[in-house]
Amino acid sequence: MSKPVKSGYVRPLDLKHGRVDLTHGSGGRAMAQLIEQLFHEAFGNEILAQKNDMATFALPPGRVVMATDSHVVSPLFFPGGDIGCLSVHGTVNDVAMAGARPIYLAASFILEEGFPLADLKRIVESMAAAAREADVAIVTGDTKVVEQGKGDGVFITTTGVGVVEEGLAIAGDRARPGDRILVSGPLGDHGMAIMSLRESLAFATEIVSDTAALHGLVACMVDAVREPMRRDPARGLRVLRDPTRGGLATTLNEIAAQSGVGMLLDEAAIPVRPQVQAACEFLGLDPLYVANEGKLVAIVAPEDADAVLAAMRAHPLARDACAIGEVIADDNRFVQMQTKFGGRRIVDWLTGDQLPRIC
Amino acid sequence: MKWIDEFRDGAVARQIAAQIAAEVRPDRRYHFMEFCGGHTHAISRYGVTDLLPDAVKMIHGPGCPVCVLPIGRVDLAIALALEHKVTLATYGDVLRVPASNGLSLLKAKARGGDVRMIYSAADALELARRTPRREVVFFAIGFETTTPPTALAIKQAAAEGLKNFSVVCNHVLTPAAIGNILESPEVRRFGTVPLDGFIGPAHVSTVIGSRPYEYFAEEYRKPVVIAGFEPLDVMQAILMLVRQVNEGRCEVENEFTRAVTREGNVKAQNLVAEVFELRKRFEWRGLGDVPYSALAIRGDYAAFDAEKRFALETKKVADNKACECGAILRGVKHPRDCKLFGTVCTPENPVGSCMVSSEGACAAHFTYGRFKDVAVRVGA
Repeated sequence: MSKPVKSGYVRPLDLKHGRVDLTHGSGGRAMAQLIEQLFHEAFGNEILAQKNDMATFALPPGRVVMATDSHVVSPLFFPGGDIGCLSVHGTVNDVAMAGARPIYLAASFILEEGFPLADLKRIVESMAAAAREADVAIVTGDTKVVEQGKGDGVFITTTGVGVVEEGLAIAGDRARPGDRILVSGPLGDHGMAIMSLRESLAFATEIVSDTAALHGLVACMVDAVREPMRRDPARGLRVLRDPTRGGLATTLNEIAAQSGVGMLLDEAAIPVRPQVQAACEFLGLDPLYVANEGKLVAIVAPEDADAVLAAMRAHPLARDACAIGEVIADDNRFVQMQTKFGGRRIVDWLTGDQLPRIC
Repeated sequence: MKWIDEFRDGAVARQIAAQIAAEVRPDRRYHFMEFCGGHTHAISRYGVTDLLPDAVKMIHGPGCPVCVLPIGRVDLAIALALEHKVTLATYGDVLRVPASNGLSLLKAKARGGDVRMIYSAADALELARRTPRREVVFFAIGFETTTPPTALAIKQAAAEGLKNFSVVCNHVLTPAAIGNILESPEVRRFGTVPLDGFIGPAHVSTVIGSRPYEYFAEEYRKPVVIAGFEPLDVMQAILMLVRQVNEGRCEVENEFTRAVTREGNVKAQNLVAEVFELRKRFEWRGLGDVPYSALAIRGDYAAFDAEKRFALETKKVADNKACECGAILRGVKHPRDCKLFGTVCTPENPVGSCMVSSEGACAAHFTYGRFKDVAVRVGA
């Protein structure tokens, strides 16, 4: 990753008042120092300590799962988290949605010239804490610096590697008519926490981001139905997905398209916190399209829905899990919803960004 | 949630629906226009029409500020951004309205135009304060609801002596549009659009009050019920309209008493009168030139009028020939009658403005209701 630096001759990084400058990305001593004193210090593990440009490791038996995710959130710090822990959770969750255990992460940073090193330290330490908590190691990485005005403080791309046990087939194209649709808890917390800080919308709220690593929850869900899944490939967990950008609506439309099925949701069963509902009302947004970072959607064979739901509710990250609808046969692949009001409508793909009402 | 769920209660909705079904006369049909896009959106989103008897038909009106914006005005905004190189600030929906040469403000932004999405007139003003070396132009659109904030922004800019802030005023007037529909040949002479009454605007009426609609009730013999934007408001208003029709009454009734008075918000009205004056005519998409239907900035505030500051002229640009937005905005056609609907024209690639805003009739039908147009197999 870097050349060794003889620390005794080097003035230490000013992590209190210093700022990122172009030399931190130029491959010279300053970059080596940043990597050593900040990244290695925080992420410390044996593989990283070898200081190679790559990581070498063996994986436990099973199929290898890999996912990558870029993080460009604004603001960088928000109630309940920051871009650092988010960049760990995002990729860990993508790997976990295959039913896998995430093991290693790679992290790539694009820093904007002038970015305070103190903020970078906060972000990196938050990443390190999130990785430790999720029991994944950040084993390789990269740093680039772009000129001021060409970045938004810091962008982080993480890539995750994990392993899923043989015989577990969980994928977006496996939903079948009759399957139950479960969610792990109330929707829209992350998106509204971010929205509450946006410069032009700022409003006071107690909403905090739900950002969290979900592989522990997934493992509990797999445990609950492993036996039937081994016996019969039609049983158990069929699809898992975390409804991040675009929210629940987008995630369900993706699955419907992949699996060639329709869905019918029951609006009354979809959990949304009153504060999130109120903030959405206020801005003219629909919580079904608002991002989550610590929730998952599970599509489960009907005979196993109760067992999975019970396993979810026993886990601290899914105490409020519930069933919200059913997969139906529909060549048009519409996601429909029975409204609380008594009508029926489509829950469509999002067009562009959600926009507040103007009239 | 307090004060919201109460207005979306399915059990109450079924009660009102049963009442409507019991009171409609078997020998007649009832055609009501909801003027506002806000109502169109609520009707589609909550599936209100599913609860109505077949005898009651809802016609979507032109009350969607983005939908009635003619192409020429959007071209003008694009020219400001790309040729005059100003910072152009406007509401989000406007960015996607298709303009000439395959452009939109969003595409102009991608070509290097400084186009900003804002949430309020105050944001545009703040942008101007923060960037004193940039010309900031607020492209203001909307009915009477968004007009007072624009007036306030102009007054504040004048008070602060802001030199780099100006406004393109596209504010339009609801009563003028209703009058235009009632005077249209389809309604008045040919009777191709049967119209038995209006659901009057919610937010607009909080500003202008219920009084302006009295003329339509008296002169054109059309009942008007002003309603809030919640689905139960709409259901209740439909019941009130059915009763007026059955009893032969043509009155202005107010279902939205929690927010609307007869006089409206006089303070806001005075503010608007101080900063704006009537335009002799203004082009509406779908309705064409409508006399005295829009506002311009008064001479006292001419320094903040971007049309004067940049010597802008609005050119008339014809709509796509196959686009039925005009007929849809007048209530003559339904979105599904348009050949382009859902094939060439989709929310991702809107040809007509009704497909742009979530309050537009086409976008609302595409997003929430298009499953009703195709045979869908439901059930496992």
